[in-house]
Amino acid sequence: MTEQLLLYPLLFQLLLAILLMFFWKKIDAQKVISIVGGFVAVFLSGLLFYEVWTSGTQTVQAASWKAPFGITFVADTLAATLVLLTAIAGLAVSFFSSASVIPARLRFGYFPIYHFLLLGLTGAFLTGDIFNLYVWFEIIIISSFVLITLGGEKAQIEGAVKYFTLNILASIIFLTAIAVLYGLAGSLNMADLSVLVPKLENRGLVEVAAILFLVGFGIKSAVFPLYFWLPASYHTPPSAVSAIFGGLLTKVGVYALIRIFSLVFTNDVFLGQVLLVIAILTLFSGGVGALVQKNIKKIFSYLIICHIGFMIGGLAMFTKVALVGTVFYLIHDIVLKTNLFMISGLIYRIKGTSNVKLLGDLYDKYPKLSLLMFIPFLSLIGIPPFSGFWPKISLITATLNTNNYVLLALIIVASLLTLIVIAKLWSEVFWKKGKELQPRLHFLYFKKMTRAKKVQFVLPIVMLAGVTLYIGFGAEHIQQVSERIASELINKQQYIDAVMPQTE
Amino acid sequence: MKTLILRTASNYLLPILLLFSIFILLRGHYLPGGGFVGGLIASIAFVLHAFANGLKNTKRLLKFHPGYLMPIGLAVSFLSGILPVLALDEPFMTSLWMHEAIPVLGKLNTALFFDIGVYIVVQGVTLTIIFTISESA
Amino acid sequence: MEFLLAIITGLLYAAGLYMMLRRSLVKLIIGLIIISNGANLLIFLLGRITKGHPPIIPEDSKIFTEIYADPVPQALILTAIVISFGLQSFAIILIKRAYQVVKTDDLDEMNTIDEDIK
Repeated sequence: MTEQLLLYPLLFQLLLAILLMFFWKKIDAQKVISIVGGFVAVFLSGLLFYEVWTSGTQTVQAASWKAPFGITFVADTLAATLVLLTAIAGLAVSFFSSASVIPARLRFGYFPIYHFLLLGLTGAFLTGDIFNLYVWFEIIIISSFVLITLGGEKAQIEGAVKYFTLNILASIIFLTAIAVLYGLAGSLNMADLSVLVPKLENRGLVEVAAILFLVGFGIKSAVFPLYFWLPASYHTPPSAVSAIFGGLLTKVGVYALIRIFSLVFTNDVFLGQVLLVIAILTLFSGGVGALVQKNIKKIFSYLIICHIGFMIGGLAMFTKVALVGTVFYLIHDIVLKTNLFMISGLIYRIKGTSNVKLLGDLYDKYPKLSLLMFIPFLSLIGIPPFSGFWPKISLITATLNTNNYVLLALIIVASLLTLIVIAKLWSEVFWKKGKELQPRLHFLYFKKMTRAKKVQFVLPIVMLAGVTLYIGFGAEHIQQVSERIASELINKQQYIDAVMPQTE
Repeated sequence: MKTLILRTASNYLLPILLLFSIFILLRGHYLPGGGFVGGLIASIAFVLHAFANGLKNTKRLLKFHPGYLMPIGLAVSFLSGILPVLALDEPFMTSLWMHEAIPVLGKLNTALFFDIGVYIVVQGVTLTIIFTISESA
Repeated sequence: MEFLLAIITGLLYAAGLYMMLRRSLVKLIIGLIIISNGANLLIFLLGRITKGHPPIIPEDSKIFTEIYADPVPQALILTAIVISFGLQSFAIILIKRAYQVVKTDDLDEMNTIDEDIK
């Protein structure tokens, strides 16, 4: 049974989604299935990670069609790590959704769609075929459209129109890029492409395809000139939805960028320069954008953009040390951003607003919860020994090795900007003497909840804060994982050999 | 659009189109056709019926909401795909063939059940979409 | 034939982008539909066109004996069409809903989320 282990996390999410569709109107049953299923998914993904860690890259040729003709599923260490993180973040958000999302939304198929989203994410990480990647992306965006519009409030619909348009445009550009690449190389298997593309004569068209991929994935991962849809839409849906979006949806774009530019389009000086400029501008604009916002969720949205810059910067330098930093940051960021949006949901439940100006004295009323929220904030800034600090060491070392002093400066500036934003947030939301707010009608405040529901609210935050602490204090382990991933990314031959074993 | 000609014709067309859709579904095994096209033809049969007789009558004819077809079809496809994984530890969606031919039907394989699942899902999705749009219009 | 298709593809992309840049929601959706058709046509074009030889093995043989059209682009286009079918029906419902909620189809008026929240 172990040979197909790679597909179990994927198939299990599909099974969950189908099962949940059979329980369409029974919300309580859906909650139980989703949470229990989340635990099983973490277990299966952990098993996959262990298998990949001990015995190397795993592959499955779907329907027994040999690569490069069929669709191959590949789990190298990067994919397995991200699948595991998806399962962990998914479990936390399952918990959080069952407590925080109102029944009126749950009744329209929230949980089935949510698990289709997780299915799409898992599939995107595991696939080794570029068109299959497109299909998983479509599954992700269709489910995310439903989640972002569920409830149909005015702000939600307006945000959804922007989110929808830009994401469909990104998909069409991605499809165009696939068309060009297929026309050039005649293959869709990524391992096969990485052998074929360097041999192509028509370098100009290869460059065009690469830029098309860059734009398509760039919109999805919200890099500098293409990020405007993100702060316009991420704060509109319920915080549980924002949490999974902020944690994983932009990261899947980053993953695709890492995969494509480490496997197919390699050793391209021009692309490296483009990525470098994009990273610098993303770091700057995201950080400055976060400074002026007044809505907590919008502040976090801009911080997502800012921190995407770190990962793109590492990818642009493409040395081993830089990639270690990128991968470590990716691991740290998925857990952290999911947690941040759940925290914003908790604050909203406590006070009934997300406006920084109206919030206050959280530390006075809820000292323990404030301390809990302090952990992710410190990790976000990167105060040693918390988790944000370690990848930055690798990134800064890499900038010094490759003489990219502008990027070095911007990494430091972006960290400082994050520090200022979080310090401002802390003093406004937690320390400031708050105003008395008019109590809202028909609004379930945190203090009026039953004890069980409170636990359901706080438990996922505690869980992800625990994971963040582990990433910070057990940085040695994560560093080992990241180093192995980085060496796998640089030495792409082992990926190719795993997908297409030489028989002769 | 309640013309007598269309209404009379749609009563005869509905069973014929449904039969034709099943023919297309089975034909898809070796020749052009298959679950997707078959499902579309079947849903067109119902849409035509709805055009001629009104949406309410078509819904009464269907007896249940077409949305329920989605999980059923997905489950059929999923089971046919996962069978090789569970039974033989072969990759997902590997086609399994029966050794002995069944009279009339011939040799069955899992790909057929996958296609039947697709046929059901496509009907469910298309009818749900069209019913929703025409109800809210 | 290739020449003609290349021009049509270019026209579809241009028309789609032009429509997307208009302010009306309905035109935005029409633009998306046109541009995705352009992308499908591009796959078809770049997959090399072979006329009159469908990729179906004749009943009396086991392999292809003569030149045949590449089935992969056709499969890709079919998949892309199915996906865009789903997306477009969602888009139509969304703009209808947006029109009901916001009471306008002008994209410039959809900016309550940029204002400060209460």
